[in-house]
Amino acid sequence: MKYIDEYRDGSLAKDVARQITALADPARSYHFMEFCGGHTHAISRYGLEDLLPANVRMIHGPGCPVCVLPIGRIDAAIALAMRPEITLCTYGDLMRVPGSNGSSLLKAKAAGADIRMVYSTLDALQIGEAEPDREVVFFAIGFETTTPTTALALKAAIARGLGNFSIFCNHVLTPAAIQNILESPDVRKLGTIKIDGFIGPAHVSTVIGTEPYEFFAEEFRKPVVVAGFEPLDVIQAILMLVRQVSDGRHEVENQYIRAVTALGNEKAQAEVANFFELRESFEWRGLGEVPYGALRLRPQYAAYDAEKRFSMVTPAAKDNPACECGAILRGVKKPADCKLFGTVCTPDTPMGSCMVSSEGACAAHWAYGRFREKVRQVDARRAVA
Amino acid sequence: MCLAIPVQVKELLPDDMAKVTLDGVSKIVSTALVDDVKVGDYVVLHVGYALAKIDPEEAERTLALIREAAMGDAA
Ligand code: SF4
Repeated sequence: MKYIDEYRDGSLAKDVARQITALADPARSYHFMEFCGGHTHAISRYGLEDLLPANVRMIHGPGCPVCVLPIGRIDAAIALAMRPEITLCTYGDLMRVPGSNGSSLLKAKAAGADIRMVYSTLDALQIGEAEPDREVVFFAIGFETTTPTTALALKAAIARGLGNFSIFCNHVLTPAAIQNILESPDVRKLGTIKIDGFIGPAHVSTVIGTEPYEFFAEEFRKPVVVAGFEPLDVIQAILMLVRQVSDGRHEVENQYIRAVTALGNEKAQAEVANFFELRESFEWRGLGEVPYGALRLRPQYAAYDAEKRFSMVTPAAKDNPACECGAILRGVKKPADCKLFGTVCTPDTPMGSCMVSSEGACAAHWAYGRFREKVRQVDARRAVA
Repeated sequence: MCLAIPVQVKELLPDDMAKVTLDGVSKIVSTALVDDVKVGDYVVLHVGYALAKIDPEEAERTLALIREAAMGDAA
């Protein structure tokens, strides 16, 4: 597959990793956080951590919109879907996200709620058009990558005069979250983790560009390398980060130049700005309240805003106290540190959000990492025996 | 959730839609967010919408840089 396979060349990745080892100062350690779940997935899947020298470590950040959606928003969506007049359209990723007391959209659907999985906002629009007697609500979720597609659906719904279509908006913003990771009070409570640089979001940046990350580079003196999701992209980004650290630089660099520019997709940004505005504060699962961390519909589109139209309330809901998602999303703990990991909590029976999406840190570790750890343990035992 | 894949545009359709293929599988997607999409272009596809065009020259340049890095200009 063009633009995929050539960035998966394993022997090339090993060679780049050798250069990372050559360049990294053995007297110090390097901690880089990859923000995106897509990177977390690539790192686990291709075993990139095994290629890196021991003093270069990756911290898995919060970057999966499904993983950071607070439980209260799932509960609110379930409550809405249970109303007889409502058809709730949702991306498949959301179906198994646990709400309160073991509930989920999947279980609500089994109990009779009209919940339909869609691949695209276009499908949700089509359902709205085909079934004018239903109230069709699109459960919108995602980072800056996905927001423009919701904006266009709204634009089309207005243009076609679709009075039975509305949006439950859960779009969140990545720069706000990175800032929160670096400076919120919870970070101090959970224990700080040293971060020497960030791998910046790939597809988010196709939309917003690399420019919004300049602030971190300047303000927090952290290098940011925006990188693609293939293994060679990630390993090259790590080399670029190590190089910046050894040069004493903290700049925004773009590894994913084949699809990302400094300013991003301005057409998409304009569509988003037409329909959405900042929320002063929004709860992220694992990060708590993130100031200006999310978007809502502008007041003039209240008729299309499911929260207003159906007077939705977001109940305060608590995560399972044993779930370590909060610390994992901030890079303070690893999936294996959670008591529930792999016992009570598996991809089939997720307790926390990190286990739900395949891009979540726990799911990625479950799918790939735990076997590698076993292999390493066996190797280590053999080595000492 | 934010994963997107490069696909090739095979046919332009009315209303900013296009037929694309990936590994022989074709799909109808929206190109409303990207200007000047042409048949033969590769675009980054996410939840039914093209988000960006892939620049073939920059793609080559990235590979060249990776090969260079692998050979040890880093040391
Ligand atoms: S293993 Fe499950 S319960 Fe533990 S942190 Fe991960 S998602 Fe939460």
